[in-house]
Amino acid sequence: MRNMSTAVLYNDQGGAEAAVEAGQESTPTTSSSGAAFGLFSTDFKKNEDLKEMLESNKESLKLEAMKRVVGLIAKGKNSSELFPAVVKNVASKNIELKKLVYVYLVRYAEEQQDLALLSISTFQRALKDPNQFIRASALRVLSSIRVPIIVPIMMLAIKEAAADLSPYVRKTSAHAIQKLYSLDPEQKEQLIEVIEKLLKDKSTLVAGSVVMAFEEVCPDRIDLIHKNYRKLCNLLVDVEEWGQVVIISMLTRYARTQFTSPWKEGAIFDENNDKTFYESDSEEKKEQTEAKPYIMDPDHRLLLRNTKPLLQSRNTAVVMSVAQLYWHLAPKHEVNIVTKSLVRLLRSHREVQYIVLQNIATMSIQRKGMFEPYMKSFYVRSTDATHIKTLKLEILTNLANEANISTILREFQTYVKSQDKAFAAATIQAIGRCATNISEVTDTCLNGLVLLLSNRDETVVAESVVVIKKLLQTQPTQHSEIIKHMAKLFDNITVPMARASILWLMGEYCERVPKIAPDVLRKMAKTFTAEEDIVKLQTVNLAAKLYLTNSKQTKLLTQYILNLGKYDQNYDIRDRTRFIRQLIVPNEKSGALNKYARRILLAPKPAPVLESAFKDRDRFQLGTLSHSLNVKAAGYQELSDWPAVAPDQSVRNVEVIEPVKEWAPLVGKTKKSKSEDKFYSDDEDEKEEEGSESSGSEDSSSSSSSDEESGSESEEESSEESDKTSSDSGKSSSGSEKSSSESEAEQKKKKKTKKAPLKKNKLTAGDSDSDENGNGPVAQSSSSSAESSSGSETDSEDDSDSDNIAAQKKKKSEAKSKPKVEVKSKKEVSLLDLDDFSPAPTNAPKSSVVSSSLLSDLEGLSLSNVSSTMQVTTPSFGPVKTYELLHHMTGKGLSAKYHFPRQPCLYQPSMVAVQVILTNSSDHSLEEIHIGDRSPASLNIHCFNTIERLEPEASVTVSMGIDFSDSTQAANFQLCTKEDQFSVSIQPAVGELLMPSTMTEEDFSKEQGLPGGPSAAAPWFWCLWSRRSPAPPCSPSTQRRASWRPCCSETSNKPSLRRRLPPPPPPPPPPPPPPPFSL
Amino acid sequence: MIHSLFLVNASGDIFLEKHWKSVVSRSVCDYFFEAQERATEPENVPPVIPTPHHYLISVLRHRIYFVAVIQSEVPPLFVIEFLHRVVDTFQDYFGVCTEAAIKDNVVVVYELLEEMLDNGFPLATESNILKELIKPPTILRTMVNTITGSTNVGEQLPTGQLSVVPWRRTGVKYTNNEAYFDVVEEIDAIIDKSGSTITAEIQGVIDACVKLTGMPDLTLSFMNPRLLDDVSFHPCVRFKRWEAERILSFIPPDGNFRLLSYHVSSQNLVAIPVYVKHNITFREGSSQGRFDLTLGPKQTMGKAVESVLVSSQLPRGVLNANLNPSQGTYTFDPVTKMLSWDVGKINPQKLPSLKGTMSLQAGASKPDENPSINIQFKIQQMAISGCTQAGQTL
Repeated sequence: MRNMSTAVLYNDQGGAEAAVEAGQESTPTTSSSGAAFGLFSTDFKKNEDLKEMLESNKESLKLEAMKRVVGLIAKGKNSSELFPAVVKNVASKNIELKKLVYVYLVRYAEEQQDLALLSISTFQRALKDPNQFIRASALRVLSSIRVPIIVPIMMLAIKEAAADLSPYVRKTSAHAIQKLYSLDPEQKEQLIEVIEKLLKDKSTLVAGSVVMAFEEVCPDRIDLIHKNYRKLCNLLVDVEEWGQVVIISMLTRYARTQFTSPWKEGAIFDENNDKTFYESDSEEKKEQTEAKPYIMDPDHRLLLRNTKPLLQSRNTAVVMSVAQLYWHLAPKHEVNIVTKSLVRLLRSHREVQYIVLQNIATMSIQRKGMFEPYMKSFYVRSTDATHIKTLKLEILTNLANEANISTILREFQTYVKSQDKAFAAATIQAIGRCATNISEVTDTCLNGLVLLLSNRDETVVAESVVVIKKLLQTQPTQHSEIIKHMAKLFDNITVPMARASILWLMGEYCERVPKIAPDVLRKMAKTFTAEEDIVKLQTVNLAAKLYLTNSKQTKLLTQYILNLGKYDQNYDIRDRTRFIRQLIVPNEKSGALNKYARRILLAPKPAPVLESAFKDRDRFQLGTLSHSLNVKAAGYQELSDWPAVAPDQSVRNVEVIEPVKEWAPLVGKTKKSKSEDKFYSDDEDEKEEEGSESSGSEDSSSSSSSDEESGSESEEESSEESDKTSSDSGKSSSGSEKSSSESEAEQKKKKKTKKAPLKKNKLTAGDSDSDENGNGPVAQSSSSSAESSSGSETDSEDDSDSDNIAAQKKKKSEAKSKPKVEVKSKKEVSLLDLDDFSPAPTNAPKSSVVSSSLLSDLEGLSLSNVSSTMQVTTPSFGPVKTYELLHHMTGKGLSAKYHFPRQPCLYQPSMVAVQVILTNSSDHSLEEIHIGDRSPASLNIHCFNTIERLEPEASVTVSMGIDFSDSTQAANFQLCTKEDQFSVSIQPAVGELLMPSTMTEEDFSKEQGLPGGPSAAAPWFWCLWSRRSPAPPCSPSTQRRASWRPCCSETSNKPSLRRRLPPPPPPPPPPPPPPPFSL
Repeated sequence: MIHSLFLVNASGDIFLEKHWKSVVSRSVCDYFFEAQERATEPENVPPVIPTPHHYLISVLRHRIYFVAVIQSEVPPLFVIEFLHRVVDTFQDYFGVCTEAAIKDNVVVVYELLEEMLDNGFPLATESNILKELIKPPTILRTMVNTITGSTNVGEQLPTGQLSVVPWRRTGVKYTNNEAYFDVVEEIDAIIDKSGSTITAEIQGVIDACVKLTGMPDLTLSFMNPRLLDDVSFHPCVRFKRWEAERILSFIPPDGNFRLLSYHVSSQNLVAIPVYVKHNITFREGSSQGRFDLTLGPKQTMGKAVESVLVSSQLPRGVLNANLNPSQGTYTFDPVTKMLSWDVGKINPQKLPSLKGTMSLQAGASKPDENPSINIQFKIQQMAISGCTQAGQTL
């Protein structure tokens, strides 16, 4: 029972406390046994009155008591004997009291397990509370009570909470997973299941916590990440900052196992190319056809791209983790972007600087260029702490090269004079490193260091000696002067390391200073016993070397020193002495080794390499604790090497239901628009802009040219248009006098293979339904696509409805195999070659068919009051402008957008049809979405049916009708969910209130004669059209025009708006694709 | 992650401890005390200290060490950043972050720490959210609480944590809607003996105080956004918009917050608005040194230089300084050898100066280093970088 509380603890040093614990150990439930010890008697008394207060009936007294108890806990004083009294208050109504009780419980439950169980039922009840915060806090406390008995209860609670509707509760459950795991690792398997489930969660709240749990419980189960990888990457920016750190470091590890190295030789990159390539809407369906030596996995790129903005985070930990991600994952030339941000962190707190500088130090060894431009940022300030200064020095040394060494050395000169001696010493070492690394300055540095030998400060001198010693080794020949100088200094230097260095130099180069060396040895013999060990060792060395080179003068001295060493207290010295004696003094026992003594002792020694202390730190992942300590910390996860061959990347593919496009025009079509969207984007990927454009225009020109009899104007126009886009198509159109549907078909085929996307807003060419109906060319030159008028799907006046319908049906059957694409693309493609189109979903035309037939029904009703000649065109789609009705920020996750489908309203003729796309961008489902109060109250709205439930990320399109009474006054109403109401308003643009209609000129003039009549809108349309159309085609008598002018600016000269027209006669033959709108 | 937190004061006493997982004995701090003893200055205690079973990560602020106990691998910056956030929160709540303030408000501190970390992982660190959970103590509230027995703990549970705007609480109402933006710029410069600038860089922040009703969406644009070389934002700023249009668009948190901090590239020449003429000499053999310091304004665009504070660490050999300031007051601490001179406002007509002698330790040789001089000053209503705000909209 007491097993866990002491497992990881240090022994309490406070004897009394330990005694208390011991007391509890024997009788865990009688809590006050510790109080028997005299030391605690005062506390005991105090606690006694606290107990009374806690058991009183007064809330305020209890609260006061709990506050004091918390005070005791904070001071680390034991108050465990109050447990029974405290635990009673766990169900208190007072929130603060409850919270304090929780604090107490979490602190002492481990020690008082039996009593702690009393509180469990309260939490279990709270877990069912309707308030999400209460559920969450109950789970928090329940999981924080480290009592093994309740593991099953915790497990159950976690599982339930993981399926909770509230993301906050789910987040708490992710935290609880870690707690349960540390309490009982045997639950691992079950916990992994929960983690797997939570990883699928789309809420940003949950993401950070669950990844944390993943890292704690099962960091090796990388397979759980695959499916969530892209989601995590995309959510990353919105996750709270602490979660970002955890996710980034997890993704770093993940990426190192899943992608191939971007560092390979010959890897060619074109960042820009990559950008456009990937930034297209399509999701990771990149074609990797181009032959490149290395192509980065799109997911790899996705990660890099999505983490980049986080460099701007205010949280230094986030910036650092992005920096390490780039360091470990990005192609070499892209790592540079992190430099600026890292340098910025240097303005932060001292501790932050320390860590960041450590990391920069490691980075700057491998990649000097990264930080060189920012060299001045690493200049030391007098206010920096010593460890910061040393790190800066380290970095400056790493950055030193031939070009900047003089600047750096000048800076170092100032540092040497610093009052901070530890720092001055570090500077001298840095100078030494610069001197060895950059041969140009070796002499300068050496001279400078020699000057420092006369410095007044001992540490500076000593450090200089040590560094000079190292430097001399690299070029010993010409520096006997310096050695002599150092010998002179020897008496004044007391720092052992420096003395030892000088002695070593003397011995090593004794032949260059034959007179001085024996003298130094003589001095040393006098003081031998008082020296430090390291100096003694070097003295023995010096003696041995001199004995070998100059035995005449030094034989006696050597023997004397060896004798002293023989009886030294330090066994190292005794050992060394014995060894040297055997080696150099010939006697019968010493054997063969003696002969080689000279070669052993006076062998040329390689110069030491002065290396950065951060040289080997890159074995650790940057930014980690292990890196900071240069020791593998507990729980450190190695960053694996890149795999030679990338594992299957399709494991990350997820069937994503893409959100509905904003402009999705019709209810029934949302689905189709999705698929189509994909279709297009794929195309876009496959072909870059150029190709698609040109093929598109080719297409249009060909179709126009096929209109044999089409007026020259139209041809001109179309060729003009096509000229604009591509000269190719211009040629083809101008050159085509013949109407060869064959050639056309050929082209189509070509197109099919190319799958050239038909872009919206592309040219329009002659309309072709005329061909279809055998009416000959009605010279349907596009009504200037540039101006984006839509109409043009008209037929000859005489066409009866039945004709239309028949035609419709005919076409419908054709349409089975025909591409909706075409319809969608808002291009006029001759219908003749419909069958040449690649297959596409077939449900699209249906809806238009349905609507038109419905309309025809309606028509019958309304014919009486409208001139039969008025035809209202129904441009069924186009890039309709979508307006925001409710932003998801204000709508608590519910967002609504609306647009005017520009179709006659089915509900009432005087209403304007409005389509509203409701999207649930929150992470819980919304219920009962309906329309509430409206204002003005008289507002006539045809509401949509209440939506019972809208799942997260789902969206639904509903249509409603609003009677604006021909005014542009906004319609205000409330959009309600089960819990909330949001006031929204729809303000119609003038153009949206108007109904498009077509009529002949005769009718037009007839209508003109009825000023103010309901249909008086028509003439205006006519005017508009004729004004805007640059070259009116053919004779107007055979022409009918549809035109839709949503642009209000054009209406400024018109005094008033017209009444909305009643439902129109059925629209002209159906599928002829309407020309695009571009607003 | 974070196991426990110990608060240690300057004299090395633990005055508060908090555990988020199993209790870690406070004896773990002995390793910290060792390091503290070894360090010559309080700042020199290494931020990361390994012990046999734990790792100690500490920050020093307001002369209090915040020592976090870690048991396994975690990014050290994560912990450091969090500890600083804790200190900021305390400061926000109590006005000051001193040992006394923490001891006085130990219950609030405990409640805060409880909310900020769950099982060692940060939970709520936004001050807006925390203030909804736990109301900051005020004198009035303390009085009311003692009389009525009500509490500091918020009755209403916060909604911000759930919303898409986690930094802003809902239902904010003000009768006077106002928003203030302070642009604070700092120059860091190293200037050598002869007065030439070695490095200079400008670091700026925009602090905002926004008191607006509802969910305001603000935009802020700059005349010359190119100047801002490197920026970091409060999470509320829409990064995409900044990338595309160089406009700050955000839904602000309620109250005070730091909107962004920026860095003006050091490539631009920075005009230092003050200059210092100094003449500090020590003569060999004599126990006297001369000290002469004059300050003057330079390129301040007519703005007054205020709250000037000069400090200098004199060499160890200096026993005392006998100086005569033309304005302001000076102090010399014979123990730390720190000379500080509070000048106040610089009057361009009469330049402030500090002259006098220093007495040196008898017999000691002439100090070989020149003291460095630190100068702090403020200039109201002037942005060194020339960064200007073009406009703001609601």
